[in-house]
Amino acid sequence: MKKIIEPFWWTLFGAGGAIAALFIPVLLFLNGIAIPLGWIDTPRYEVLYALIKHPLIKLCLLGVISLSLFHWAHRFRFTLYDGLQLKHLNKLIAGICYGGALAATLSAVVILLQF
Amino acid sequence: MNVNPTDVKFELKWYRARMPIFWWVHKWVHFRFILRELTSLAVAFYAITLLFYLRSLAEGPQMYEDFLAWMKTPLAVGLNIIAFVFVFFHSITWFNLAPKAISIRFGKMRIAGISIALMNYGAWIVITVVIFWFFIIGL
Repeated sequence: MKKIIEPFWWTLFGAGGAIAALFIPVLLFLNGIAIPLGWIDTPRYEVLYALIKHPLIKLCLLGVISLSLFHWAHRFRFTLYDGLQLKHLNKLIAGICYGGALAATLSAVVILLQF
Repeated sequence: MNVNPTDVKFELKWYRARMPIFWWVHKWVHFRFILRELTSLAVAFYAITLLFYLRSLAEGPQMYEDFLAWMKTPLAVGLNIIAFVFVFFHSITWFNLAPKAISIRFGKMRIAGISIALMNYGAWIVITVVIFWFFIIGL
């Protein structure tokens, strides 16, 4: 089981790392800094709503959210093992990390289906 | 595969010196390693922000306004600036490591590591410019 599951987590980690590296800096800069500080106009509600209704955009948003969180889950798990020497809590930490990513993925699906 | 399956329970126990919890603060390379690993927290922070952003949009214009008002608070802007620095660091370290993880071959020719890194940076610039342009012109 371990031989199958560890490469699986690693693949999600890798895919999420790449997606996060490519997309998050620009999205975070726009939504978290430039728009709140008024450097760029705030997107109108109707325009954003219509945009998110598109199935392709939904898929992209789900991909960014889910893969980024699985990237976090895998990396943070090992940061806790190595950085804080918590290897003995292996199962608990892995459960919280991957479980959290899975829960967020499911809630993203539920939210995106409302559009 | 074990030659003798019964020897499993006599597996060697390695001696490992106990490491202090803050072993990584003394040397810059170790500290930078932990900083790089901690970028995953900023990545998760933005993914969760995006989730709340979408939820506010799903719930109607009023909730969207409330979300925008929260994003304008000094706390939110401060957190986002810190997260941005970490996410930026993630991108750079990720692209620089990519050649070590990816190996592309054309027949017998192996694509040089520097080209793989440059392809990653190229894709990053294109995606950034397109999304930027989209927010300025399209929305």
